[in-house]
Amino acid sequence: MADVVKAGSNGVETVTLTIDGVEVTAPKGALLIRVAEQLGIEIPRFCDHPLLAPAGACRQCLVEVEGQRKPVASCTQTVADGMVVKTQLTSPVAKKAQAGIMELLLINHPLDCPMCDKGGECPLQNQAMSTGRTDTRFHDHKREYPKPVAISTQVLLDRERCVLCQRCTRFSDEIAGDRFIDLMDRSAAEQIGVYRDDAFSGDHPRSAIDEPGYEQETAEPGDEPFNSYFSGNTVQICPVGALTGTQYRFRARPFDLVSSPSVCEHCSAGCAQRTDHRRGKVMRRLAGDDPAVNEEWNCDKGRWGFRYATASDRITNPMVRREDGELHEASWSEALEMAAEGLRNARDGAYGVGVLTGGRLTVEDAYAYAKFARVALRTNDIDFRARPLSNEEADFLGSTVVGGTDVTYADVDAASAAVVVGLEPEEECPILFLRLRKAYRKGGFAVTAVAPFLSRGFTKLDAALVEAVPGGEADLLRDDPRVAETLRAPGALLIVGERLATVPGGLSAAAELAARTGAKLAWVPRRAGDRGAVDAGCLPNLLPGGRPVIEATARAELAGIWDLEAGIIPSRPGRSTDQMVADAAVGRLGALVVAGVDPADLADPRLAEQALDNVGFLVSLEVRRSAVSRRADVVFPVAPVVEKAGSFVDWEGRLRTFDRVLTTTAMTDARVLDAIAAQLGVALGTGDVNAVRRELGGLPATRADRIEPPRVSGIGAARPGDGEAVLATWHHLIDLSRLLEGDEYLAGTARVPVVRLGKVLAERLGVAEGDPVTVGTERGALTLPAAITELPDGVVWVPTNSPGATVRRTLGVTAGAVVKVSAGAPAGPILASGGSR
Amino acid sequence: MGAVTDSVKGFGVTFSHLFRKVVTTDYPFEQPKTAPRYHGRHILNRHPDGLEKCIGCELCAWACPADAIYVQGGDNTDEQRFSPGERYASVYQINYARCIFCGLCIEACPTRSLTMSNEYELARDNRRDLIFTKEQLLAPLLPGMEHPPHPMRLGDSEKDYYVGALTNPGTSAGAERAPWSQQHTADGSGSAGELS
Ligand code: SF4
Ligand code: SF4
Ligand code: SF4
Ligand code: SF4
Ligand code: FES
Repeated sequence: MADVVKAGSNGVETVTLTIDGVEVTAPKGALLIRVAEQLGIEIPRFCDHPLLAPAGACRQCLVEVEGQRKPVASCTQTVADGMVVKTQLTSPVAKKAQAGIMELLLINHPLDCPMCDKGGECPLQNQAMSTGRTDTRFHDHKREYPKPVAISTQVLLDRERCVLCQRCTRFSDEIAGDRFIDLMDRSAAEQIGVYRDDAFSGDHPRSAIDEPGYEQETAEPGDEPFNSYFSGNTVQICPVGALTGTQYRFRARPFDLVSSPSVCEHCSAGCAQRTDHRRGKVMRRLAGDDPAVNEEWNCDKGRWGFRYATASDRITNPMVRREDGELHEASWSEALEMAAEGLRNARDGAYGVGVLTGGRLTVEDAYAYAKFARVALRTNDIDFRARPLSNEEADFLGSTVVGGTDVTYADVDAASAAVVVGLEPEEECPILFLRLRKAYRKGGFAVTAVAPFLSRGFTKLDAALVEAVPGGEADLLRDDPRVAETLRAPGALLIVGERLATVPGGLSAAAELAARTGAKLAWVPRRAGDRGAVDAGCLPNLLPGGRPVIEATARAELAGIWDLEAGIIPSRPGRSTDQMVADAAVGRLGALVVAGVDPADLADPRLAEQALDNVGFLVSLEVRRSAVSRRADVVFPVAPVVEKAGSFVDWEGRLRTFDRVLTTTAMTDARVLDAIAAQLGVALGTGDVNAVRRELGGLPATRADRIEPPRVSGIGAARPGDGEAVLATWHHLIDLSRLLEGDEYLAGTARVPVVRLGKVLAERLGVAEGDPVTVGTERGALTLPAAITELPDGVVWVPTNSPGATVRRTLGVTAGAVVKVSAGAPAGPILASGGSR
Repeated sequence: MGAVTDSVKGFGVTFSHLFRKVVTTDYPFEQPKTAPRYHGRHILNRHPDGLEKCIGCELCAWACPADAIYVQGGDNTDEQRFSPGERYASVYQINYARCIFCGLCIEACPTRSLTMSNEYELARDNRRDLIFTKEQLLAPLLPGMEHPPHPMRLGDSEKDYYVGALTNPGTSAGAERAPWSQQHTADGSGSAGELS
């Protein structure tokens, strides 16, 4: 007798049944197909997927159950006591039934395998071999459709290959909540089609569908392209080649590919991935299976955003600025010598050296920068934050976030309520969004959004809105009874995004609220390397391992580990990104070492560029030529994520370690820093990733006191005057990010940039839906079509960094600022030119 | 005494050979004829209008026990069409340093694109030249054929080509011998396999 579950263990009710003559005890309510699976009996299937609700759509999984008149679908049948089940292995009836279903499926299936991307990894191919007939009895014309239909720029549908299993529609409906596709028509003409959805069918560009070469039979006004952020998952779970990704189409065969496990470098969700590569080139990426993190899903950005690493502007050799003022390729030894000399002069000069690391580094690299700054440059002027920030945030990170692993995805699953502030889960951490949605669909879980309006993502979570004017979140967290009430429920979560840093008092209020209500607090940054940088000490007030700079014990601990003389690690907190930028702009910074930072992401891109121009000496460690490397005195090429080993720390604080996927000569940041440090006479010991891991792993927990949580009081939202409004803004998932450059198909499914404004404001301006509206400041203005949204009066929303809406660059402000709003496009030259960098 | 008879015997053997049939061939001035199904160099055939038969499916590469074939698929578009249908081989190479001439690849080919000629002059003086590219492997253009890319001339869809192929099979004529020995390959440039 086989026990699929220990009888009576932890209160699970069990039943005993027989499958193929093997008696088995299984939990009550389990599906037959799962129980058989655990016994090692494989029943063929198409529609069944462990993470989707049972559908019984394809009938391939028929088995014989004693006492039943007809074979039953094992994927919808729950086990019962005394059941006697015979699968195709022991029952001719089941075998015949399965062969019959297979024959019917193949009647209309094209003999397309040589053209089909799924060929070689296709469940239909495999199961036709294992369960089907050897030859066909059907010699008539097969059903034919024009193909492929581009249901979005990145997903193509070949309807004749579809077996109507509905995995794709069920995924979109159940998991992602994007019902863009559905079954249409009936009987033999039944097919998957793009949804005709009036709610979302604005004037979306339908570029792929209009593309020549793609006949779109069903494209009609009102058709909604499959612009879901999660559409790639349907390609992955489609059991045939009916859904294929444009980017991977015809590129390779499974047997060509080497599959390496990897971790997504885009956001802080920490998705496990599989990177498939051929001859040193990444061909595609798939969602990895990690039940604790991303389950089997990922987002389209993670799946299809990887071409940046092979862009033509990759830096392959070090470059130095010679007497002629131009950058020239140079040898490593020359570049290292020059960098070391410039950094030594600046370090020993009046203003010191600053380090900007950005949020894209692995923990190992972040640690190398943190150590390099302290040991080789003897400064605490290091900051990973490449976005609007506050000193309050640094204190919050040091007091509440660093080292913490209190909230995990499992806690989201189990939570009763969540309050989300300063974060758009779907746009900024898509897998967290899927978890929230899973909890919501399970029931007994309520989401409260403290936001200016309920975005599409929040609508899909059926969230309650606590309406916040940007800047006013702190007051709401402090005083709003609904928020406090929600958080008092046992198992409630307070989830704050990095954007709350731009609200004075916001993070103080959040920490205080969590302490007051007993809710667990999670900080969800946007970039993959952010959380790791906090733990590795890339902050002006924090040393590695959450050691506060101001604590003598903390410094002494590190000095011991690093084998330093006392006094080398400065005792004063360093300058933040903003301070370094401001100082450098006026020539009060000797040198800057900059990792992957795009000045356009900083609070004031113009000032940041001025800073890069005016800083005494600039060292850039970059993968591709950038606004920083162009201005640098010495440029070192470093490896993109696929070409190095490392780890990210996701928002939970979970270490996501990965190995090198492609073997190239590119070096990690840590190794380059090690070489520069050697020139400065310092042994950094970060040349090898395993050495860094050993050192990081060996860091003992600190005995020093933690930083006190910040106590900044809110100042409330700004009050806009006539013709003005308070700006609300956040990033779209698919935007002008440098890591998405070169992925046009992906860009085609980005959300359309609009200006959102309330009804009252729209009426006052006299604009209707879709009319141009201009949002401006002294610096510039951007004009986008209006989308009338339920927003508090006097608030406008624009995406932060989308085509035509580069808020920080064009307007020079961020959320909470007062901007001018007017109808129509500005007279004179167009000021906003989206996407320029 | 014995020595004399022995040497006469020896000359006898030599003399008798003078009257036997000569086994030496006059290669390369005279090409020996192979068996008709001799497995020689591969050919990538064309449809009668010049479009390539290969669809870049990689099944040949999959079948190859020696890992000698490298194929990379590509998208046909209406502006740039190399084969009927959606897919063509943007890269096609056979490495004759690896090939064991087993012919499994031509059995695997679903479009009859890949066949084998009787051409056996495949020795080269370096490994690089043993990698034959698509240009070298493609059958030469016969009269009436057009150099791809060009639109489908024989029908509206690939189906017309495949159904028609039953009555119009052979388009590899002229490719049985190394095409570069008589005429230049499709691209006209002296390709890697050219002997000079
Ligand atoms: S497109 Fe694929 S996943 Fe969707 S119903 Fe058809 S076979 Fe199933
Ligand atoms: S959710 Fe985040 S980590 Fe996951 S695939 Fe998308 S961008 Fe990558
Ligand atoms: S003949 Fe055999 S060894 Fe040569 S390419 Fe074909 S399959 Fe490979
Ligand atoms: S030669 Fe034949 S088997 Fe090989 S890729 Fe071309 S069509 Fe496919
Ligand atoms: S797998 Fe059971 S009906 Fe499809």
